[in-house]
Amino acid sequence: MSSDLRALVVFADPSLHRSRISRRVAEACASLPGVRVRDLYQLYPDFYIDVRAERALLEEAPLLVFVFQLGWYAMPALLKEWFDSVFKPEWAAPCDGNRPRRLQGKTAFAAVACAGSARDYRAGGAHGRPLEDYLAPLEQSVKACGMAWLAPHPFYGADSTDAEAAARHAGDLRALLARHAGIASKQPQGGAHGA
Amino acid sequence: MEHSLLLNALVYLAAAVIVVPVARRLGLGAVLGYLLAGIAIGPWGLGLIREVETILHFSEFGVVLLLFVIGLELEPRRLWSLRRSIFGWGAAQVGGVTLLLLGAALLAGVGWKMALIAALGLSLSSTAVALSTMQERNLIPTPAGQAGFSILLFQDIAAIPMIALVPLLGVTAADADGGWSGAFKAIAMIAALVLAGRFLIRPMLRFIAGTGMREIFTAFALLLVISISLLMDQVGMSMALGAFMAGVLLADSEYRHALETDLEPFKGLLLGLFFIAVGMSVDFGVFLAQPWRIVGMAAAFLAIKLAVLWLLARPFGMTGRQRVLFAFLLSQGGEFAFVVFGAAATARVFDADTASILVVVVALSMIATPLLLILYDRVLEPYWQSLRQRPADAVDANREHVIIAGFGRFGQIVGRLLHANQVPLTMLDHDPDQIDTLREFGFKVFYGDATRTDLLHAAGAAHARALVLSVDGIDDSLKLAAAVRAEFPDLPILARARNVTHCYQLMDLGVTIVERETFESALMLGRRTMEQLGFGAYFARQAAMRFREHNLRSVLEVYPYYKDRAQYVSMARRAREELHAMFERDFVANSRDREAEGDEPGNA
Repeated sequence: MSSDLRALVVFADPSLHRSRISRRVAEACASLPGVRVRDLYQLYPDFYIDVRAERALLEEAPLLVFVFQLGWYAMPALLKEWFDSVFKPEWAAPCDGNRPRRLQGKTAFAAVACAGSARDYRAGGAHGRPLEDYLAPLEQSVKACGMAWLAPHPFYGADSTDAEAAARHAGDLRALLARHAGIASKQPQGGAHGA
Repeated sequence: MEHSLLLNALVYLAAAVIVVPVARRLGLGAVLGYLLAGIAIGPWGLGLIREVETILHFSEFGVVLLLFVIGLELEPRRLWSLRRSIFGWGAAQVGGVTLLLLGAALLAGVGWKMALIAALGLSLSSTAVALSTMQERNLIPTPAGQAGFSILLFQDIAAIPMIALVPLLGVTAADADGGWSGAFKAIAMIAALVLAGRFLIRPMLRFIAGTGMREIFTAFALLLVISISLLMDQVGMSMALGAFMAGVLLADSEYRHALETDLEPFKGLLLGLFFIAVGMSVDFGVFLAQPWRIVGMAAAFLAIKLAVLWLLARPFGMTGRQRVLFAFLLSQGGEFAFVVFGAAATARVFDADTASILVVVVALSMIATPLLLILYDRVLEPYWQSLRQRPADAVDANREHVIIAGFGRFGQIVGRLLHANQVPLTMLDHDPDQIDTLREFGFKVFYGDATRTDLLHAAGAAHARALVLSVDGIDDSLKLAAAVRAEFPDLPILARARNVTHCYQLMDLGVTIVERETFESALMLGRRTMEQLGFGAYFARQAAMRFREHNLRSVLEVYPYYKDRAQYVSMARRAREELHAMFERDFVANSRDREAEGDEPGNA
């Protein structure tokens, strides 16, 4: 474990050969110093999550980024399983006041790819609601654990865009991540990779 | 005296060291090499050695050790499950061959007593030749090997009444103790052996292992086998059979491995000596007096025996090539024939000349076995191959393929999964039946000993993406892994391990992906047992997964230490201690992880 971990990217994409976009995003994030990418479908193909390892990383990272593609208006199954087994209430958000909330004070946001266009995600559009509505459970989970929630970083039309747009999006996200990690980082600059 | 002993030893060892490697390089096999070495130094070759009889008698101890070691591999329960095949097949083989040979001899105008003894003696095969060949070629697990093994065992048992029968037919008065009291003695002896095995030998082994002196343990192992053999000999039983029984009795003891490793070198050398002695005992004087008659007899004998074996192989459930191989393996006359004919000459059932002619015939038939096997390998096998060889175009020069070495029950599942996903496959196996079936489906299959690097090259290992190592035997698996590592260092190996130790041995060779063959399925059965007990299905799954992670971790943690443990600490005790420690660790780890995961038993 490196103590200069600045951001943990929780990446979940079950598609056979990861969609162009997700792969680019993950690679772009991994290339930043101090960023650790957890490729859930590669780590836990059997859906059995190493809870202790995940929690150790979470406690260390000041910034949390969820990268996934929306499917049926929700996160992929393994990411949900990851939440269910890692974020046990008694660990992440205990009811009694004497026990600490382990993730208190961290920051989180989601980078979400959607198949539809931005126009589809609004009242009256093909998907009926804005993207934020579909991310509400995630947002509330993060807040309940005492973390700050930043605006999501959406990428519309993920299935139809060209490589250039995908690269652009990945670059944007990388910049965003670097900025947030810099802000959220309360540690002195460390140059080493978090991998 | 001891000077001459050393000189003799020098001659043997020199002959073996010179001839056997050459024979092996020429692909003649070790057995034939020893036989040739024996002929070379015997009275009819260079004449360096004279006391052939004594040597032959002494070296029979090699056969005894071979059977002892084989007995060690066979637990009584397994032996019991083989009883039908032993008595059914064995009796069919001995009976069939004896009747035909008897008929042939009677037609040739030989007296019935003589014909009967000769036929009985010749119906036996050579345990030494057949078993060592089967081991060398890894045939014991195949149907032919199992049938052969059963038949050889039966023959060892059948030899006892045969030897008892000889004096009854003899012209001289039979020995003081007739057949019945002999049989009674034999039974008493067996009972004594079983009791001693349980209540005497094991405590002694424990005591001697406790002293921690390795060489005394070895001495005791030898002492044990020698004394049992001599006792058996006293009551007129087969020494080899006695040793085999002793081996079986110790098969489930914790000192099995220690005994095996200690006796292994003796076994090999003495067996070699035995074959050398057989080579020396070919009396070329008798042979040269009437060569054609003897060659004719040997040929007729072999033909009859081969025919019976080949016919028998069918009801045993063997097909084409296996039948031929099986017949070849058991076609020769055995070392027991020497004893039977010796006894018959003593009892004057037939004269010394006849006995020596028959001995030459048996020795020639022993020499014929390796030659027949060469014929099989070099002529028949390639011929069959060419018959079935599809034009090598569609799947030729497999590149980007996966090689599966060992296509048995285990390899098949791996192979079928890959095949279903369009991964090009190449199989290596040494079971010819299997290969025919696979060829029908258009797979590229290579037949033979996968540890040979030329075969790996032929199978396209240089262009393979991975090698799945799923052969049955631990030794073969390690040999193959080492060969692949040396020859194709970049080829990833994915291996099936029989147990944790095997797993470690593979890791020593640099294999990183190893699956224990029983682990995942046992885990699944445990999970289903939990469900049966009323645990929730999902809870059982989580528990099994948790256990799995923990177990995989422990296996890796123990790896660095597995070699330093004292050799002579018994495997069984070590396994018990490990299990104990594991139970402790499992419990602790389980409660800790469960706490972390906040899992509550979901049972009713």
